[in-house]
Amino acid sequence: MNEFVGRLRTSPRTLVALVVGLVVGLWVGDQIELSLLMAFLLWLIIAVRAVLHDNRWIGRATMIAILVWAIVLPYTTESGSGLLDDAVLALAYTVFALGLNIIVGFAGLLDLGYVAFFALGSLTAGWFMSGFFAAANGENGVHFLVTGQISELPGIHMNFLLVLVIAVVITTIAGIIIGLPTLRLRGDYIAIVTLAFGEIIGRITINGDEIALGKIPIFGSPLESAFGNGSTLTNGRQGITPVDKVDLPFLEQFTSLELRPWYFVALALVVIALFVNYRLRDSRLGRAWIALREDEVAAISMGVPSVKTKLLAYGTGAAFGGIAGAFLASYLNTVNADQFAFSFSIFVLAMVILGGLGSIEGVVLGAITLSLINNRLIPDVFNDYPSKVGLDFDLTQLSFGIFGFLLVIMMVLRPEGLIPERRRKIELTEGLGDTELGGGETVQEVRA
Amino acid sequence: MSDILLTAENVSKVFGGLVAVEDVSFEIPERGIVSIIGPNGAGKTTFFNMLTGLYKPSFGRISFNGRNITGRRADLIMKDGVARTFQNIRLFATMTAIENVMVGQHARMRAGLFGSIFRIPRVSHEERDVEERARETLTYVGIDETQHELMSVNLSYGDQRRLEIARALASEPKLLLLDEPTAGMNPQESAELTDFMRKLRDERGLTILLIEHDMQVVMGVSERITVLDHGQKIAEGSPDEVRTNARVIEAYLGKQGAAEAEAGHGRRVPSAEGET
Repeated sequence: MNEFVGRLRTSPRTLVALVVGLVVGLWVGDQIELSLLMAFLLWLIIAVRAVLHDNRWIGRATMIAILVWAIVLPYTTESGSGLLDDAVLALAYTVFALGLNIIVGFAGLLDLGYVAFFALGSLTAGWFMSGFFAAANGENGVHFLVTGQISELPGIHMNFLLVLVIAVVITTIAGIIIGLPTLRLRGDYIAIVTLAFGEIIGRITINGDEIALGKIPIFGSPLESAFGNGSTLTNGRQGITPVDKVDLPFLEQFTSLELRPWYFVALALVVIALFVNYRLRDSRLGRAWIALREDEVAAISMGVPSVKTKLLAYGTGAAFGGIAGAFLASYLNTVNADQFAFSFSIFVLAMVILGGLGSIEGVVLGAITLSLINNRLIPDVFNDYPSKVGLDFDLTQLSFGIFGFLLVIMMVLRPEGLIPERRRKIELTEGLGDTELGGGETVQEVRA
Repeated sequence: MSDILLTAENVSKVFGGLVAVEDVSFEIPERGIVSIIGPNGAGKTTFFNMLTGLYKPSFGRISFNGRNITGRRADLIMKDGVARTFQNIRLFATMTAIENVMVGQHARMRAGLFGSIFRIPRVSHEERDVEERARETLTYVGIDETQHELMSVNLSYGDQRRLEIARALASEPKLLLLDEPTAGMNPQESAELTDFMRKLRDERGLTILLIEHDMQVVMGVSERITVLDHGQKIAEGSPDEVRTNARVIEAYLGKQGAAEAEAGHGRRVPSAEGET
């Protein structure tokens, strides 16, 4: 017990942070219609974790507690509430962020084109879960494991789980294709190439309504016979809408009014993404990623195949982009080309950086925080604050300025992220950022 | 000296217009301890990098264990059984000592993406074995157990050097390439390392190729020495042959120094290390 109290005393900063966290947390909880009890419970879980951070079992216990909290959450509010809508979006963005974390956080490959995987995942849902290919199968539609009235509509309608699999396959391949030209590059140059790929996919989505499948060389006629006469690649800025709602075996078709089922699907996706993140981090592959990130030359000299290892990072990270993209297409009921802008890549990257590159818990926290700020606090809570002080604009117009400001503040106060990964913390506190400093002599100087 | 483990035939490396290594032929006998010496910029490390696959030779042929490895990828050469350390320590700074050594065993492991995600029994067994072997190797090179979980940046300089060797050893190589392993060590540590190299050869049957500036170490441990200067092989032979070779003396001391050495009032070559 003495030890317990002693540990409490040794971290006054933690205590201050917890008190501030309680006040801010309760206030934010109030703004997003989270019940006071739930907000307090979440704070309590985090507080116990923060105070007892040395304890070996507390990490696992915290995770279980948060999972239970998350399962209870939808029953503390109405099934169609704004809170659940925010929560579903936050969870979907968490999947994106966890995917990007594999590429940027683990393998250290700065990817500025993550939007490409959101686009491809969404498009997969648009292609195979909607009436978009209305002419397919002689306007009778193609149906696969779908029930209810959807099984009579024209277009291609497949079960959501099947679409997830297809989305994973497509985005993994895309991830590898995007990764290939960056293999010979390092650092900033990787960022530029991936940025360009993100833009290419975005542009293709916007202009895809002019790309007739039948006119694509070589594959034209089989594509046309599969997807119907006169079908195009995308629907351009008009977007593909509506997209089928998720339809899971043994459950009723989801609707846009009952959000609880959506929430649980999103939660399940996050749990899967978390599971994969944790397992890969502590595996042969995870070590190889970190080794490549730390010192590529040393890593390949130790038998780590750099091409294969990097492509696995790109592919795995991209797959989660596809999963979340397909889910969001169904949830938002649209695949709109304007969603797939560069700003999305930056938004997800900001979540990863805010939370702490490579830190799984941090990335989840960063994703939920930024998603709530973006989807609720800025448009709903603060939006008319400027007009209250006599300024003639909405805060939503400034949202990216606000994110930028937050990141600057972070970089000054806590560059390693909200919940830093232990490795990054060392890098930043001991000035071991780049590989060139990895040399023995310099390490000596740093320590001297 | 029985079989030849590694052969380099007429190997050259050209960077743009600069010939870093020119037409060097060279052999390492199995279970031998062989050194490459030469003044700074002689092309020793470039030659090393070609043997380990980091550079592709411009001309020439390298074969290891009866297999042509010219231009083979570095990670595959490692897998074939050539492990190395670096002149300026290149550890994975933020990984623990154990993790560093575990990365060294990457090529000997089989866990794939899905095996790792679902942690099938084979993968978790492998993971345990690899960690066990990492601990053994760390103890073998003389890193105290209390240091095993420390991040490698936090290890002492000597331990960092030892950790590099442990990381290379963990892959169970046939040939170990050490690039200036005693740099920055005091005479006693150097002597210990010299003994350790012999121990490696005798206990583990390793073949060792050494780049080294400390002549005490080189002359003490090597069975054969190859001398490079300006990218060319200028001498080769036993320590005694090399020590008295006129071209070697000239390369280290310059023409005048060589003349003085011959006149008898020069310093004994090459104990005079003109290099830093």
